[in-house]
Amino acid sequence: MMQSIFAIQKSGIGVPAVPMEEVVIAADLSWAGLILLLPLISLVLCGVCAAMRVKSKAPAMITAAALAGSFVTSVALYLNYVPPGDVIPLLDWMNLSWGESRFDAFSANFALYIDSLSLLWIMFVTGLGTLITIYASEYMEPDLGKGYARFFAGVSVFLFAMGCLVLSDNLLMLYLGWEGVGFASYWLIGYYYQRPSAVAAAKKAFIVNRIGDLGLALAVYLIWVTFGTVQYDELMSVLQANDWRPEFEGWSVTAIPFLLMLAAFGKSAQLPLYVWLPDAMEGPTPVSALIHAATMVTAGIYLVARTYPLFLMEPVSLQVVAWVGGLTALLAATIGMAQFDIKRIMAYSTVSQLGYMFLGLGVLTTYGAAYHVFTHAFFKAVLFLTCGAIMHGFAGQLDLRKLSGLRHMKGWRITAWTMLIGCLCLAGFPFTSGYFSKDAILAEAFVTQGPGFEILGWIAIVTAGLTAYYTFRVWFRVCAGPVAFEPGDELHDGDAHHGEFHPHAPRFAINGVLLVIAIGALLAAVPYFLDNQADEHLAGGWIADMVHDSTAREGLPAGHGDVDGAHHATILGMDPHAAMYYISGVVGLIGLSFAAWLHLWRRSDADALSRWMRQRIWIGWLPRAMERKWYVDEIYHGVVRAPLWILGHMCHAFDRFIIDGLLVDGTARLPRTLARWLQPLQSGVVQSIALAMAGGVAIILLAMALFMQFDWPGGAH
Amino acid sequence: MTVGMLAMAGGVSLAHALLLAGALFSIGIAGFLSRRNLIVMFLCTELMFQAVIIVMAAFGHWYWDFSGQVFIIFILTIAAAEAALALALVVLLHRRRATLDASAWRELRE
Repeated sequence: MMQSIFAIQKSGIGVPAVPMEEVVIAADLSWAGLILLLPLISLVLCGVCAAMRVKSKAPAMITAAALAGSFVTSVALYLNYVPPGDVIPLLDWMNLSWGESRFDAFSANFALYIDSLSLLWIMFVTGLGTLITIYASEYMEPDLGKGYARFFAGVSVFLFAMGCLVLSDNLLMLYLGWEGVGFASYWLIGYYYQRPSAVAAAKKAFIVNRIGDLGLALAVYLIWVTFGTVQYDELMSVLQANDWRPEFEGWSVTAIPFLLMLAAFGKSAQLPLYVWLPDAMEGPTPVSALIHAATMVTAGIYLVARTYPLFLMEPVSLQVVAWVGGLTALLAATIGMAQFDIKRIMAYSTVSQLGYMFLGLGVLTTYGAAYHVFTHAFFKAVLFLTCGAIMHGFAGQLDLRKLSGLRHMKGWRITAWTMLIGCLCLAGFPFTSGYFSKDAILAEAFVTQGPGFEILGWIAIVTAGLTAYYTFRVWFRVCAGPVAFEPGDELHDGDAHHGEFHPHAPRFAINGVLLVIAIGALLAAVPYFLDNQADEHLAGGWIADMVHDSTAREGLPAGHGDVDGAHHATILGMDPHAAMYYISGVVGLIGLSFAAWLHLWRRSDADALSRWMRQRIWIGWLPRAMERKWYVDEIYHGVVRAPLWILGHMCHAFDRFIIDGLLVDGTARLPRTLARWLQPLQSGVVQSIALAMAGGVAIILLAMALFMQFDWPGGAH
Repeated sequence: MTVGMLAMAGGVSLAHALLLAGALFSIGIAGFLSRRNLIVMFLCTELMFQAVIIVMAAFGHWYWDFSGQVFIIFILTIAAAEAALALALVVLLHRRRATLDASAWRELRE
């Protein structure tokens, strides 16, 4: 048994039983390490810039160049990619061995695991990273010479950690990257460290993520204990050798997917750990776009996709993933509907879309989830970056009630129209990228058998309608309608001329990046139509290709996801995939028309409706609860924070009064107190001392005479 | 006191000796407690000393054992030395305060 496992392990990472001679090992690919090395170099150079107090845009140039290099390297790696991929060793890290069995060894090196999944991820991470860095070079201008270098150093750290996370060939290096992106996120959310709300948000993000990280740490440990390895290729070989079923019965096989899930839900902001993401919008907007919308928050989806076979061993775990994803999508969408801060609406929309992705994973369409990650990365980046441009130009104004008619204003047309593209994709408008990727998930919810998955499918469809509504609520309010605006409260020098506020429109860097990413968001629909090479029976084109050769496809039930496979479910008498094109299109248009009615044609109706609802007791609670985010923060405060606060203060009091007061100081005070009591005995009068002594001796003698048996001299005679 | 203790050769019994010692010791302690003159107090301690010595001698005789008397020789020798030291101290104290009153040195309690 053991020998057979090792025999399979030797056949490389070609998990789908590829014989040794078929694995075409490409030429030396160690140059791929540049993907990780370049952000590190840029980090060092940004540090040097900060130390030398550089006042130019050099840090941005350096970072953009380094990330562009990473992106080019990633693309080159993709062009050199030969399925089923390869492991590229870079550095030895840990190689321990204390016995013969594979359980008596631990091996985790800096090595790149190149398969289609990691390539997909690293390409959009580095690509968007480059573009958003260029955007940030203009956006961060007010901080030139102050926090400018610090900001770009944080971006470099993030890209390095994200690269580690995505490209690692073992779970330990993934954990390193996982913690690294968490740290970078903390660094950048708290960028405006003079602002208490930013500091609080940074701490909140870090602490909530810690809960998830605990899950990941335990999962890595359990995986090593259970399967004897943390390297993906060996892990997959072990699982494959056992026909993708648990090799060892026991609680750990059940526990591992749930712990991984906890980690994924923390990083990807799902129930019950989503609360940090909306607050993370305190960071500079490019950070929100890059880390908290496009890339880092998808790490949870990546983790689940990467360890998918482990989830498949415990079917309940994927059902939980599906339900949590679906409910998060609905909850976040309802909150997003009632917010007024456009950046915050986008944050809740991110939580909601991430919920869709987890729903996709849960209903066995890793392709749908990965495709939605891919399209979402583009259109959500556009949306955030346009919000950032508006915030930048209107002195921090983000309230959609105080901005209107942007598309008629000079210099703001690109912003308005690219935002429209992002909104269309997010709303799932027919034939946009978001439409195709969302449909792939929605349809599969009706195809896959599971507890209440059909209900879940309808929840997701309703959420799609809500998404279209809140997305276009933003666009119609901010970009359409009559021109009107009020500046925010972050006025910079030169904003106000002669006491009158003039918004400064975005310039070349911001506009150029907006255009490029918006076009990318539109083109993200193209992969859906590209032929895939790996499996002609598989729906979904190029993205399916990208998922197919990875661990995310291993162990799936045979025939699942095939076009002509066993699809028995139907909706309205049609194949779910075909039906979903109509259903989601119609639902999206309904949401859009509601938004158009209430926020474009008859804005007064929206106020009237709001007033009418709030005055009715039976429904008045609904808008209030939605605006207050369903009181989740308050509930967490009551259930988690307040008890912990009380416990903390009790511990503090215990430490202060019992440990410090009684034990430490008390011991020191004891001799002094005793001495104060006994001091009067030392009168200094010799006679009284002698009397006490004589009295004492007399008492002792008396006691001896009374209570002890003495053999008095002569008594025996 | 038992009859055996009274019945001793030469008419002097153990009881007599112990009574004498007890009387001496009582006088000594009474004097020590009631007087403040350093020299008198010192003499009183010497009286208590002699009482102990008498007890030793009496018991040595009673048990017909000489170690009691050997001890007495040692104790007397050391007592002589100690008496010299104590009197020297008394002289020094008298030079400092020009008085022999023990209560003049109460501050020595600390």
